Amino acid sequence: MNDPTTAIRPQRWIGQALERREDAALLTGAGRYADDLGTRPGTLHAAFVRSPHPHARIKSIDVSRALMLAGVRTVLVGADVREWARPFVVGVKQPMDHWCIALDKVRYVGEPVAVVVAQDRYVAEDALDLIDVEYEPLEAVVDLEAAAAPDAPLLHEAVGSNVVSDRKFVYGEPDAALESAAHRVRIKIRYPRNSCTPIETYVVVAAFEGDGEYDVLSNFMGPFSLHAVMALALRVPAAKLRLRTPRDGGGSFGVKQGVFPYIVALCLAARKAGAPVKWVEDRLEHLAAATSSTGRMSEVEAAVDGDGRIAALAYDQFDDCGAYLRAPEPATFYRMHGCLTGAYRVRNLKVRNRVVLTNKTPAGLVRGFGGPQVYFALERLVQRIASELQLDPLEVYRRNFVDAPDFPYRAAAGALLDSGDYHATLELACRAGDLATLRKKRDAARAEGRLYGIGYAAIVEPSISNMGYITTVMTREAREKAGPKNGAITSATVSIDLLGSVTVNVASVPHGQGHITVLSQVAADVFGLEPDDITVDVELDTRKDAWSVAEGNYSSRFAGAVAGTVHLAARRLRDRLAAIAAPQLACEAGEVAFSGGKVFCRAAPAKSLSFARLASGPHWAPGLLPEGSTPAMRETAVWTPEQLGPPDESDRINTSCSYGFVFDICAVEIDRTTGKVRIDRYVTAHDAGTLLNPALAEGQIRGGFAQGVGAALMEEFAYRADGSFASGTLADYLVPTAVEIPEPVIAHGETPSPFTPLGAKGIGEGNNMSTPVCIANSIADALGPGVDPEAVVLPMTPSRIIALIAPPEIRPRNLPPEPAGNAKRFATSGSVALAAAPEAVYRALHDPRKLAAIMPGCRRLEAVSDHSYVADISLSVGLVKAGFLIEMSIVDEEPMRRIRLSGTGRGALGEAKGDGRITLAAANGGSRLDYDYAFSLSGKIVSVGARMIESASGMVLRQLFARLGRVASGKPAGDGLWRRLLRFLGRDAPRPNEPGAEQ
Amino acid sequence: MKPAPFDYIRADSTEEVVQLLSEYGEDARILAGGQSLMAALNMRLTQARVLIDISRIEALSGISVSGNTLTVGAAVTQAALEKVVRDDNCVPLLALAFPHLGHFQTRNRGTVCGSIAYADASAELPLCLATLGGIVRLRSRRRRRTLAAREFFRGVLTTAREADELIESVQFPLAAARTRYGFEEVSMRHGDFALVALAGMVSHSETRLGVGGVADRPWVEALPCNGGAGLEDALERLAWQLGARDDQHASARYRRHLVRHMGKALITRLVIENAGQ
Repeated sequence: MNDPTTAIRPQRWIGQALERREDAALLTGAGRYADDLGTRPGTLHAAFVRSPHPHARIKSIDVSRALMLAGVRTVLVGADVREWARPFVVGVKQPMDHWCIALDKVRYVGEPVAVVVAQDRYVAEDALDLIDVEYEPLEAVVDLEAAAAPDAPLLHEAVGSNVVSDRKFVYGEPDAALESAAHRVRIKIRYPRNSCTPIETYVVVAAFEGDGEYDVLSNFMGPFSLHAVMALALRVPAAKLRLRTPRDGGGSFGVKQGVFPYIVALCLAARKAGAPVKWVEDRLEHLAAATSSTGRMSEVEAAVDGDGRIAALAYDQFDDCGAYLRAPEPATFYRMHGCLTGAYRVRNLKVRNRVVLTNKTPAGLVRGFGGPQVYFALERLVQRIASELQLDPLEVYRRNFVDAPDFPYRAAAGALLDSGDYHATLELACRAGDLATLRKKRDAARAEGRLYGIGYAAIVEPSISNMGYITTVMTREAREKAGPKNGAITSATVSIDLLGSVTVNVASVPHGQGHITVLSQVAADVFGLEPDDITVDVELDTRKDAWSVAEGNYSSRFAGAVAGTVHLAARRLRDRLAAIAAPQLACEAGEVAFSGGKVFCRAAPAKSLSFARLASGPHWAPGLLPEGSTPAMRETAVWTPEQLGPPDESDRINTSCSYGFVFDICAVEIDRTTGKVRIDRYVTAHDAGTLLNPALAEGQIRGGFAQGVGAALMEEFAYRADGSFASGTLADYLVPTAVEIPEPVIAHGETPSPFTPLGAKGIGEGNNMSTPVCIANSIADALGPGVDPEAVVLPMTPSRIIALIAPPEIRPRNLPPEPAGNAKRFATSGSVALAAAPEAVYRALHDPRKLAAIMPGCRRLEAVSDHSYVADISLSVGLVKAGFLIEMSIVDEEPMRRIRLSGTGRGALGEAKGDGRITLAAANGGSRLDYDYAFSLSGKIVSVGARMIESASGMVLRQLFARLGRVASGKPAGDGLWRRLLRFLGRDAPRPNEPGAEQ
Repeated sequence: MKPAPFDYIRADSTEEVVQLLSEYGEDARILAGGQSLMAALNMRLTQARVLIDISRIEALSGISVSGNTLTVGAAVTQAALEKVVRDDNCVPLLALAFPHLGHFQTRNRGTVCGSIAYADASAELPLCLATLGGIVRLRSRRRRRTLAAREFFRGVLTTAREADELIESVQFPLAAARTRYGFEEVSMRHGDFALVALAGMVSHSETRLGVGGVADRPWVEALPCNGGAGLEDALERLAWQLGARDDQHASARYRRHLVRHMGKALITRLVIENAGQ
């Protein structure tokens, strides 16, 4: 164990809010992001064919038309993948293969089905439209509970269930505690699927070299355990997969972990193309198919005594991991497992974790990973305990917090909470945020009938994950069979060059956090240099750098693990230099000091050596070194915290090396008219141990806070009940902008970690965990006890708030009832007045020539049999213009009167399936046509246009029937005098709720 | 997100534009600011054989006042109009609406007539034009015509513009005497398309409420002038009449709620202000 108080002091640079050394380049456009780097001559470009269906069998893929397009080199399909690759390994053993592209079945909208490789991205995208994939759609399941039900449609038939893992854990005696509790308080809630949306999307440049090696440049962020997953999938030794990352990353937030299946797919595409292949993910691809946080449904119950002390917690949790369990899932559960009791002294705990697959994008790392899901349930529960027992929430916290003298504290499920003073941090937040004033403000607002509320959240923020935590998903027996896994191995190299300058190299893959700045602060302190003297190399090359399984840019491991390991390596090198300098300075090595670019004896500072001269010496004159010294001016330290063991026999697991603490206070006011939430003040007090650079720490807090506000108020990946995806643009998936983010009040305590070399802990994810639930608690407080606590869901949109506070509506009696569609389909109905008699309309529908004139933009219509037709049509609504291949059938249900018109359409914008009825009746010398349609749509058109689809399809149908009326009465279908006359009469442009409008 | 191939023609005159439109019809798209068109092309939601760039045609770049109207040419950016209405407040409703309209970056490129042509039912400029009773001037090789805004907007993203017509300009009526204007909007974020936008106009003889984001086009309704219960009943009817729909951001019920309550607050405020004039 290191004693940070003696190890790091005195420090000149650590702890200073040094400006970021990275920024000059970034601000002047000189960043070196993955897409900026040159590629080899002859590099080709990829585009993905993606599934428009949430669930379908692939019946056939025909790429022949695409291959004939000039500029297309090749198309990678499932058969190639089957020949060259293997499914990805994953922590749960079940018969559910996940390949880098779909082979037989697609299971979510946007799932890759084939990869086109062409001379440029434009041609590659042109070719996408020429690939014919025939699907057999299957019923999709998107709701977590529905997917877990025994009769649900199965994603992976061989598993026999969509629940692919079901584990129970008991620590202490939770049942006894619950049975004897004075109060049992419970809450059942859901955490939605959202993300953290980096500006830079995935980038991969892959090549297959002549010697059977894959070479990859990507903005992949780790963990590098996935390097093994990729190498196994590619069926090569790890050394034959060379992975490089660029210096700069445009934001990761965990999300860049999800690029790994694409790396494998593009390696294979490069192999098939015989040339390097580059792919830059576009925004629609990213939102639809990159990754997502894990959706959670949890029911948590607490056994509480009369004073509000929690004796036991019982979690029943379901995770929505999407269509495939993709490494490192189901880690969303297990990252937090050891600290499920949060900041509280709770000795009795039981947990049931069920992993559920649904027809959605596979889940993966998203900043906060596992934390927002746990704390949304736990901290809502704490608020409920306070309100049910009529206690001040702060009292509930004070009565349950782990006390400062008890650290390191072993939590019930195994976390060894390293350090902290939770009580002091709470008091710090109350002081910094002036809670007393906020409470007065609340009283005053409520006296005026306004909705003002105050919420709190106390969260333990784990950092430096134990690689072994994921094995908690296995039973003890299965773990014994598989062999133990544990630790958080970290490497860092510090070297000195021929002119005596210091270079630091780490395998940490920064994405904007400022690693170069902090590491130069750390090394400068060790060597007595200026930060600008230190060169920091953060580009990773798995062929050349020291790295291991736990490395990468995740689990907030930089400050505690990476900077700490750099410190260890630098000190070893410094000690070696001290041993070389000691004879020249005529003192003991322990007396040699490094400061201001000089090396001297502490007792006699007047006589000094130049650092550069001393440090370069071993290169130039290794023969003159004192006996026992080595000329090696390069030191690689490999560190792993000794506290991180594998799960024990009772499934106790210390899931992380260090645990910070965050206490937040949020005050909101809700507008009764608009339902909008205004954050009046947000206070966030952190204790992340030693702060290496407070400015960067605050940057982390602000970023996590912004994403927390987004998760609380607007962010959610929206799927319709039929599985189509409706958040494909940044106008549909809403990310808060600077205008929506208030300035938080930030306060720091510093209780150094005894377990990390510099006493530092992670700070980057705390607000992603605390802010969503803190805002939710403040909204619940504002809405008052009359509102069901379980109705406070995320994101808390104005529409959802109004649904809770506005009185019920009374639908006017003169309005027809709501259309009888179900949630899985779009529905539209209405009626149009036609100039032709019902018989004429009926005949027109049965005359292929007339039918062709009725279909919008019809280029071809052929009768397949008496009642079925195929047609090429072009639909246009406003700017949108899309070609569809239609197959339709017209069946009489009652001659001259009732006709069933159903069909399917397939085009580049998606697939449609419609079924409906039209009814004809004579009216006003012509006829009245009533229609009632239900249809489903999937693919790009829903992802980018969900907002308008229902109205637009209603309009298209009305236009279609208007054309029917004109054709039936012998008038030209297109524009002409008749249409203008009709328009003059207002007949084909109905107003809402007038005849002709869909309802 | 790369467009399919198209030809690009930078037109030098309005005559050239209408000539090209008569040749290409529906296969041509007018490129002005490109704020909707370029995204639609890149996502391949639409394809065009030819893009006709009108942004450098001087005859279409003017903003002028004559009589009681402000005429805005087809190439005028939203930012240029914003500056005019902010500086002399000649069309107060526009000055009130502009802070809600996109972001300065999109206003710098996006054009006024482009927004009218796109006809998003949630957009601010179509709502203002409809509420004020403005006019759209269309020109093709065969003819010129003018349409009142309410005749122009016909449905979801759909207008009365024929394929060979160019919106040459739009005309906003200038501030009327003894009239109060108000604009309220609720959107998820600053600068987003409105969940509901309301444009109010109250004079001694008339009360008008424009509603965006609820029906399939901007909707303008005459309301009782006296306020009070009559107003509430009229808003209740209007709320149901607009055919609101659910989407992933807000429910139909929420939209009706805003029409009722935000509508009442807006009109009541304008009536009081007008009475105090």
